[in-house]
Amino acid sequence: MEHTIHNERRDFLKKVSLSGGGLLLGFTLFEDLMAGPVQGQLVEGLKHDFNSYLSIAPDGTVTIASPNPELGQNIKTSFAMIVAEELDADWNKVVVVQAPLDTNRFERQLTGGSGAVPHSWKRLRNAGATARLMLVTAAASRWRVSPAECTASEGMVMHEASGKKASYGELVMDAAKLPVPPEVKLKDHKSFKLIGKPIRNVENKNIVTGKGLFGLDFYREGMMYAVIQRPPAFGTQIKSVNDKAAKAMPGVTNVVTFKNNVAVVGTSTWAVLKARKALDISYEPIPGKMPESSTDHDALFTSMMNRTDAKVNRKEGDVEAAFSKAAKVIKREFECPFIPHNPIEPMNFFADVRPDGVELVGPTQTPGSARKAVSDLLKIPESKITVDITRLGGGFGRRLKFDYVVEAAEVSSIIKKPVKLIWTREDDMGGGSYRPAVRYRFEAAIDAQGNLTGYKLRGVGINVGNSTRENNFPSGSIDNLLIDSVDHSSPITTGAWRAPVTNFLACAEQSFLDEVAEAMGKDPVQLRLELLQKARTAPAGPVRYDIDRMENVIKTVAEKSQWGKKPGVAQGFSVYFSHASYVGQVCDVVMEAGKPVVKKITAVSDCGIVINSSGAQQQVMGGILDGFGHAMYGKLSFTNGEPEQKNFNVYRHVRMKGIPEVDTSFVDNGKDPTGLGEPALPPTGGAVANAIYKATGKRIYKQPFIEQDPLKETE
Amino acid sequence: MPVYTLNVNGKSLKVDVAADTPLLWVLRDNLRLVGTKFGCGIGSCGACTIHLNGNATRACLLPVSSVGTSKVTTIEGLTEKGDHPLQQAWDEVDVPQCGYCQAGQIMTAAAFLKKTPNPTLEQVETAMNGNLCRCAAYHRIREAVLVASKKTK
Repeated sequence: MEHTIHNERRDFLKKVSLSGGGLLLGFTLFEDLMAGPVQGQLVEGLKHDFNSYLSIAPDGTVTIASPNPELGQNIKTSFAMIVAEELDADWNKVVVVQAPLDTNRFERQLTGGSGAVPHSWKRLRNAGATARLMLVTAAASRWRVSPAECTASEGMVMHEASGKKASYGELVMDAAKLPVPPEVKLKDHKSFKLIGKPIRNVENKNIVTGKGLFGLDFYREGMMYAVIQRPPAFGTQIKSVNDKAAKAMPGVTNVVTFKNNVAVVGTSTWAVLKARKALDISYEPIPGKMPESSTDHDALFTSMMNRTDAKVNRKEGDVEAAFSKAAKVIKREFECPFIPHNPIEPMNFFADVRPDGVELVGPTQTPGSARKAVSDLLKIPESKITVDITRLGGGFGRRLKFDYVVEAAEVSSIIKKPVKLIWTREDDMGGGSYRPAVRYRFEAAIDAQGNLTGYKLRGVGINVGNSTRENNFPSGSIDNLLIDSVDHSSPITTGAWRAPVTNFLACAEQSFLDEVAEAMGKDPVQLRLELLQKARTAPAGPVRYDIDRMENVIKTVAEKSQWGKKPGVAQGFSVYFSHASYVGQVCDVVMEAGKPVVKKITAVSDCGIVINSSGAQQQVMGGILDGFGHAMYGKLSFTNGEPEQKNFNVYRHVRMKGIPEVDTSFVDNGKDPTGLGEPALPPTGGAVANAIYKATGKRIYKQPFIEQDPLKETE
Repeated sequence: MPVYTLNVNGKSLKVDVAADTPLLWVLRDNLRLVGTKFGCGIGSCGACTIHLNGNATRACLLPVSSVGTSKVTTIEGLTEKGDHPLQQAWDEVDVPQCGYCQAGQIMTAAAFLKKTPNPTLEQVETAMNGNLCRCAAYHRIREAVLVASKKTK
């Protein structure tokens, strides 16, 4: 199906400039302007707001400004591919540049929620298609033929009948004089030439030669280096500071105390790291806050499970009746600890607070929020603050918080010099914003006929808010259902961690459903299919997932993994819908020397149209290993508010040795693309736990798996 | 502060730094060679891997005073044109996600392949196990090392 985009109706594309010898197009940021109060309010700003820029120079170079922060999700390559596809550009002539924060031109200039591609898909295509049409029109006019007789491919416009051809570079000055066409046709997805291909990361060459792409690599002549000593335990504050020794250390220019921080500033990273160790600071509990230990959380979770004032997130039918009439009830609890994000590049930011304005440079997933926070802190209007976005050495949600940006700005404002603030790994792992610790209790009621008639889920967590996703499967497929949650407010700070909530909820839920299937005497795949059929034919309340798409990934992954047909291999099944994508996984486990060993994970993902098959495979493989590694090993524990693990020597991440094989494939359904940075992660833990059960007869109810029987290493 | 004359990427360079400064920070702060990365500071992640006389070494644990006349090679000096078989393989296999750890991965692999030109998959895994990739691009790192080993034959 071809899509027609009407430009005039929403002023979609604006020709921004003819100067500089080329065509520069800005394309707008808003979703289809359908009638509605929210969109209506936005119309006012529409004429000035652009989502990205595409420019074509007379030498044929196509430059695309990528507004969203790049942290490894490969957005810099995918965005450009989408534009280049509709433009029929020569990919070798495409240059992608990272745009700075510019809320006048861009919207949703952030990285999070696997949302960038779905947000920008049509806009990017429209920009490419519009430029293409203008170039074709310019060529047709030059050759005095009809544009319909001309074709475009790889940066050239051709007129087959006369054999004439011209490059985009040759045509661009003519094209720039044309009005923006009122409407353009987008390609049928079946005719894509670039989209779907394995296109290499545009930054590969710079990465493998060690170019300074990252925030920590940023340098400005005359800048100072700073580290901050923060309270080592959550729930404590500074009682007294003796900074005499630190101030006397060589290379130290300032030691400043602000809020609960003591910043050491100097002429080199090593000088300030050493001087920080010479600080003598004593801390005391914050009045009214109790520094917490992990051992406290166990009792806390138990009491939260018994609370009668839980927030009801979804309720269908008569749950109590279903359970009282049940022939069999299964009740299980699952628990996960806090985990840090640990992006391999620690937090850092450059700030230069001057009387005329503020310059911020560094790695952030949310440049807009960071700027607003700095503006609020320093009482300087946002219009006087610039934010340059460097490449991010990983994010995983940590850089959605901008505490380190604000710190850098505050230090610079105090010392009145440009400063680069650096966190060490210990600062990072001890600095909060963790994936929250959560416990779930699942209950299933099975009637005398063997039907799943009731389902209850309670989520209790620490600083997580709603720890459930009440509208995800199996909601909609069970008549009597109650999903509620209780949250505890703690001094231990938490934040979004890759696939927030679902990163563990899916593991728990998919493990539980495996156990329910067993109790019902059903194959786990069959149970899911039957529940989906029920949701299709007699839904219990709203169904907020696409039944056909979910069913398809279930069937496809069962087939690809040879589900139930591998002698000597114990298989575990899992399927999850999150961030608008569907991923089914089957884990293969075999016993080696009496221990279960995870050998392979087969994944089938439905994220609609795959933009870059190389990048998509990376996201799925990386997401699965991330899910696997954290389920197996991830644990951050606390004693009196202080994290017990602060570096990689005591905090275990998945490494190369012993990684399972990962088989990735994608559903080809031509649907508009959805995100892929997160959706492959949630199903993994459940598939692994279920396979381990198959192999050993032992269920795992708690992360990290490595501490549980049958994986626990005996001393 | 003492002045050290270092041999970095074939050049003789003078730095005036405290004796206990890890080579990592000398490279990054003083010599502006930022391809060598800071990840953990305790030798546990491998992001700072360089070559010291051809041996893969963690720059974050190596005091500048102990470098002496040893030849230091960083990712910037691995090849002049960025065309080491590993650098080519990294691109061909499309290894990087965030990319932050990759220079360290390549430096570890380069020293390893020099000593083990025809590695098995298991040998690659053992050699590379000390290098953390938080994006977990391990399958492709492993593949790229094997691809590079075939290029050098």
